[in-house]
Amino acid sequence: METIFRLLRSIIWSYAKLREKISPGWIQKNSSRIKEWELMAYAYSRSLIGVIGGVIVLAVFILAVIGPLLAWEPYWEYKIVYDESLRYRGPCLPPSCTGYPLLGTDEWGRDIIAMSLYGFRISFVISIVVVLLGAPLGIILGLIAGYKGGVVDEIIMRITDIFLAFPGLVLAIAFASVLPQRIRGFLEVNNIARAFFSGLFGLRQEEYGQLAALLSIWIAMVIVWWPGYARIVRGSVLSVREMPFVEAAKLSGLSTWSILFKHILPNVLSPVLVMMTFDIATATLFAASLSFLGLGPQEPVPELGFMISKAGGYFPERSSHVVIYLGFILLMMALGWNLLGDALRDILDPRTRRAIEYRLEKEKKK
Amino acid sequence: MESQPMYLPEDVILKVENLDVKFYTYAGVVHAVSNVSFYVKEGETVALVGETGCGKSVTTRAVTRLIESPGRIEGGSALFRRRSGKVVDLLKIGDEELREIRGNEIAYVFQDPTSSLDPLYTIGYHIHETIVAHKSKISKKQTFKQAVSLLKQVLIPSPEIRVKNYPHELSGGMRQRSVIAIGLSNNPRLFIADEPTTNLDVTVQAQILDLLKSLQENYKMGLILITHNLGIVAEVANRVYVMYAGKIVEEGYLEQIFYNPSHPYTKLLLRAVPDPTKKIEKLESIHGTVPSLINPPPGCRFQPRCPFAMEKCLIKEPPLIEVENQHRSACWLLERT
Repeated sequence: METIFRLLRSIIWSYAKLREKISPGWIQKNSSRIKEWELMAYAYSRSLIGVIGGVIVLAVFILAVIGPLLAWEPYWEYKIVYDESLRYRGPCLPPSCTGYPLLGTDEWGRDIIAMSLYGFRISFVISIVVVLLGAPLGIILGLIAGYKGGVVDEIIMRITDIFLAFPGLVLAIAFASVLPQRIRGFLEVNNIARAFFSGLFGLRQEEYGQLAALLSIWIAMVIVWWPGYARIVRGSVLSVREMPFVEAAKLSGLSTWSILFKHILPNVLSPVLVMMTFDIATATLFAASLSFLGLGPQEPVPELGFMISKAGGYFPERSSHVVIYLGFILLMMALGWNLLGDALRDILDPRTRRAIEYRLEKEKKK
Repeated sequence: MESQPMYLPEDVILKVENLDVKFYTYAGVVHAVSNVSFYVKEGETVALVGETGCGKSVTTRAVTRLIESPGRIEGGSALFRRRSGKVVDLLKIGDEELREIRGNEIAYVFQDPTSSLDPLYTIGYHIHETIVAHKSKISKKQTFKQAVSLLKQVLIPSPEIRVKNYPHELSGGMRQRSVIAIGLSNNPRLFIADEPTTNLDVTVQAQILDLLKSLQENYKMGLILITHNLGIVAEVANRVYVMYAGKIVEEGYLEQIFYNPSHPYTKLLLRAVPDPTKKIEKLESIHGTVPSLINPPPGCRFQPRCPFAMEKCLIKEPPLIEVENQHRSACWLLERT
């Protein structure tokens, strides 16, 4: 705990010193801000689950970034062509067994640890991007609906209700089954987009058909992802826009946009931030379920949900190790974000923060 | 809109005429402000006095068009002389022109300084934002320099440090000073202070009032002071408007109102102010309560509480009757003389 606090504090201070070097006097001017950051770092380091969540998320992030480069077996080589016995080989743990992949192989004889490294990248990119695209869409609509009120509010919120009433998975399935052909055509002609997306997902450029499937999952999820945000933001905006400082801002002659983005948005952001971290976990599982249902990429892309789905055919006699290992990875990705979100909620909520500040004061006195 | 020539005497910056504000609530139509007229001259302090709920704040909020649904401005005009000399009707101009005037030529200070500052921004940022909203070509460095000098003017100690402070790091009095500094940031022509000292203790109140007074002299701006505290009125005001139940019942110069009150409400109000030099057994009060503004009774609105009520008061509403020069009062008692 203490070491984590020290680590975070040294990061904060090295940033502050960097700013001081660029513009002298920065530290003195921004001492309030630095104090606030330190308090946040302290509050975070005191929460055990938050630290655990943070470590998991950091590990997933690192694996997602370097995974495809690290993977020692290419996913497009089917090992069983040379050795039929490699299909769904069980775990081979030393010292009793050597020479075979540590946690076993999948149906094509590929090492599942190497395959999961590719899978990390795909799941991570999809979940982050879905939330990063879906949330702003919902936030902007919620802001407008809450602030303008009246007819605008009615129209936006009724559309939101329609999206919420329709089961998200079914809607996403509908989109995911229609979109791939169009995206495939687009990727076929557009070299730059093909290179960009294949780099992003850690796949080969030849796999543009599978890329199209991944992108369609992506788009389908963004389309069903925003309504929750629109609703939560609208609710918070309704209470914040009655605050006197919003009236004061109006009377200072600020334009509607600057009131919305400078005064209202920052004041409703903390519940949204917490929801986003929880949602990254949900999105990971959602994307895996879509490809589990066969709507995602096909062979040979090692997408986690797709691999579990294939292993289902041999479950449990031959493939339980694949299901357990990949399931565990998905669980960890979701759990990490959830724990982090939980800690963030405590830090960002002024009521629980007050308790933490109080404890800090008490400890200082000792 | 008809292009009727809008006339405003040279030294008057704001002239409100026959302002009418109604709130359409579920319980009924609340006639919060009816037929209110007043004016503010350059460099003059005008006090709007009255008890809670009499429509003081609604009046000034209507002038700055801050009335929101279910409230509606039903009629009247608010002529304002802009810095350029152009006379506009604040109740009729477009949103963009209104935005230009707000915060630039008219500043408004709310009752509660704590909640009228955004907790996420420093005092300096608030001032910066207000200046930038009206001047596009100005750097952050310049505005912060200006912010420091403004904070110095409102007598905040060590303004160079305070400018980077967040609202929660300041005391109540300092917050109110900062809010006043924000209001001053564009040299407004009209400064509206809505009960600026209500939440402060007496010593700080006195400081804030002194400050407002000296700032007004420096900036030559018109000041509208809303208050229920007659002590404050006596301290700073030049002219006084006494409001009761959404109407102006008496208007006049400070001396006229204090030495020669002619409306029974004003008289009773002045009697209710305790004299600190005398020992009193019981505080004076006015019997009864403010009437409901939903379907107010015909006739004088003060009549149910008035010790001098006559039959005429029940039937007909009294107009403002001239008592002496510039001193008018809405009471039938004055008609006899």
